[in-house]
Amino acid sequence: MNVAMLQFDAAAASAGGGWLAGLWPSVPAAMVLGAACGVVGTLAVLRQRALMADTLAHAALPGVAAAFLIAAAMGMDGRSLPVLLAGATISGVLGIGLAHVLQRHGKLRDDAAMAAVLGASFGLGTVLLSVVQRSPAGGQAGLARFLFGQTAAIRSDDAVLIAGVAGACVLVVAALYKELRLLCFDAAFCAAIGRKPGLLDVLLLTMLTLVTVVGLQAVGLVLIVAMLIIPSLTARFLTDRLWLMMIIAGVVGAVSAGVGGAASAHMAKLPAGPAIVSAAAVCLALAAVFAPGKGVVSRWVRRVRATRQTIFEHALRRCYEAAEHGQPLPQRHTRVLARRGLVLDAAGGEGVRLTPEGLALAEQVITRHRLWEAYLVTFGSQAPEHADDPADLIEHLRDPVLIRELEAAVRERSGGAVPAVPQSPHALDAGRGRA
Amino acid sequence: MNVPDPNCPLLVRDLTVSYNKRPVLWDVDYAAPAPTPAVAAGGKAGEPSRGNLIAIVGPNGAGKSTLLKAALGLVPVTMGDCLFFGQAIDRVRDRIAYVPQRESVDWDFPVSALDVVAMGGYRALGWLRPVDKATRVRAMSCLDRVRIADLAGRQIGQLSGGQQQRVFIARALMQDAPLYLMDEPFAGVDAATERAILTLLRTLRDRAATVVCVHHDLHTVGNYFDHVLLLNSRVIAAGPVATTLTEANLQIAYGGRLTLLDRAADALAGRGLASGAGEAIR
Repeated sequence: MNVAMLQFDAAAASAGGGWLAGLWPSVPAAMVLGAACGVVGTLAVLRQRALMADTLAHAALPGVAAAFLIAAAMGMDGRSLPVLLAGATISGVLGIGLAHVLQRHGKLRDDAAMAAVLGASFGLGTVLLSVVQRSPAGGQAGLARFLFGQTAAIRSDDAVLIAGVAGACVLVVAALYKELRLLCFDAAFCAAIGRKPGLLDVLLLTMLTLVTVVGLQAVGLVLIVAMLIIPSLTARFLTDRLWLMMIIAGVVGAVSAGVGGAASAHMAKLPAGPAIVSAAAVCLALAAVFAPGKGVVSRWVRRVRATRQTIFEHALRRCYEAAEHGQPLPQRHTRVLARRGLVLDAAGGEGVRLTPEGLALAEQVITRHRLWEAYLVTFGSQAPEHADDPADLIEHLRDPVLIRELEAAVRERSGGAVPAVPQSPHALDAGRGRA
Repeated sequence: MNVPDPNCPLLVRDLTVSYNKRPVLWDVDYAAPAPTPAVAAGGKAGEPSRGNLIAIVGPNGAGKSTLLKAALGLVPVTMGDCLFFGQAIDRVRDRIAYVPQRESVDWDFPVSALDVVAMGGYRALGWLRPVDKATRVRAMSCLDRVRIADLAGRQIGQLSGGQQQRVFIARALMQDAPLYLMDEPFAGVDAATERAILTLLRTLRDRAATVVCVHHDLHTVGNYFDHVLLLNSRVIAAGPVATTLTEANLQIAYGGRLTLLDRAADALAGRGLASGAGEAIR
């Protein structure tokens, strides 16, 4: 691909104005578009249509070039955005249709069919683009902006078109929120209650096509799919509610478009699409790392805490069992307990003992362990010496409802003959060969 | 061919269904028993008082789920049709509650248990109207009927398999229908859930509802269900469990497939394709 073709001087496009003059009305329009990408993209991702959107965007390129050539041949201004977007829509939808035909009748998997159309149409589009560039009127057409986007090239009538279409899509999603949610979650049930999933799918695809096509100028066809996916993934880290997910995705999309669009307008040779997508990617990275609950940090903290708790509870149990059998408490475990002041070193040569508090905690732990053992032995017909290891794995669960039900089940089965701290069903070192 | 009867909850007539031209159901004919009218001593005369629990039983790939989906119009039908209460599906959708297989949806989806149950009320709400307070209250009471009202706000992925199944059943309860079609409601659930679901199904039956379940566990069919439809891509037998679930019928349903019929079906699927054409002729 001709590198010079991809490069352009954004500053030139916004020349002649002050700092803000370069941003109005292109950046606000891009922000509305970003919001719509977030909202519609969330549905597209949940309906597993991300690859379809990417195919659609790439298949739009031949349409853009062809529309320019046809308009120029007819003596019209080929640079008119509505003309170019009409071409993009037609060829994008044709591309999706072709992928569908390949899948149905060519017995291709849908991802293979999409990828084939995506690649082929992008190749064809690039060839057509070079034809445009060579044509007498094509030199100034600036069609290369459709590859990586050029927010600054959005004129005020273009801005009205972009913001209008994008805004309309958001309104449609808001109006049909419950139907679209049902479609994405359970299309079969949607059909069973007569809510027309076929019709809703067509509506979703239409909105997807519209935001993709009007996004071509601002973000570019190579990266528009990222604006559909990244904001929604970011939002998924932050919430379990679809409506909130859409709002967050919309905000992330709008902010990324604003930041990226403004950066592109002020930095020569920085195309808008990459700047916008990079801004969105930063949001995603921040969410993936810092999101409460699902983020890397939060999960890491949980895992460390759980591991510590496991080591601590094992120490309590080993010490309790040793004391039960009149053996000295194992030193590597008493060390863990000493840090929390749960053991004391009696001077009278009796060695290290659990404090009353330590003993109470150990009783809780050992009770859970032996209840699980008893459950596995009595309900699961597990051999006693094979009950220890499975119990080890599950004894650290502290779901109070689960424990209460476990205790009730075991005590009911054994007719109330279980002591407060149950007996171990096996010898002290049974099943502990590896330890 | 059976004659339409407004009391018959589900009437399947000469139904043949194919996936990619390969038939999976061959000419299925079945009439689900109508609810038994109350005896004079019981409820009002003429009003149905007791429905039936009907199991669809058969080996893997017998077309059990397909039968439900085809009846509901979810998959295209090659031949034949299905009538509900003597009418075509589109006229009686509000009288049929469907419980799809649990595995058929993505449980990571960002909705709460209550949101899912409320979906059962969407048809009553109509298009465009958002979920209102009355629907949420009703959804809450349906969750209570499956004993998981305390989990209403949970994201559905954080529920156990049994709890997820209960959510699906609660969603069907929202429709308050006289006919329930359930795809494997007992599959992969814990013992407590199994008991809870069974109790609920019996309550529905005693309120004159008909419940048709795809069922996989032969041991429990006799205890759980009144009627059974034995299926293996064609109807093997249908009727009351005691007289239908015989050793001889099970032998036919589970013992060996009709290999020549399978090959014929494969040939139908391959016809018209470059790779399969030769096979069809051979």
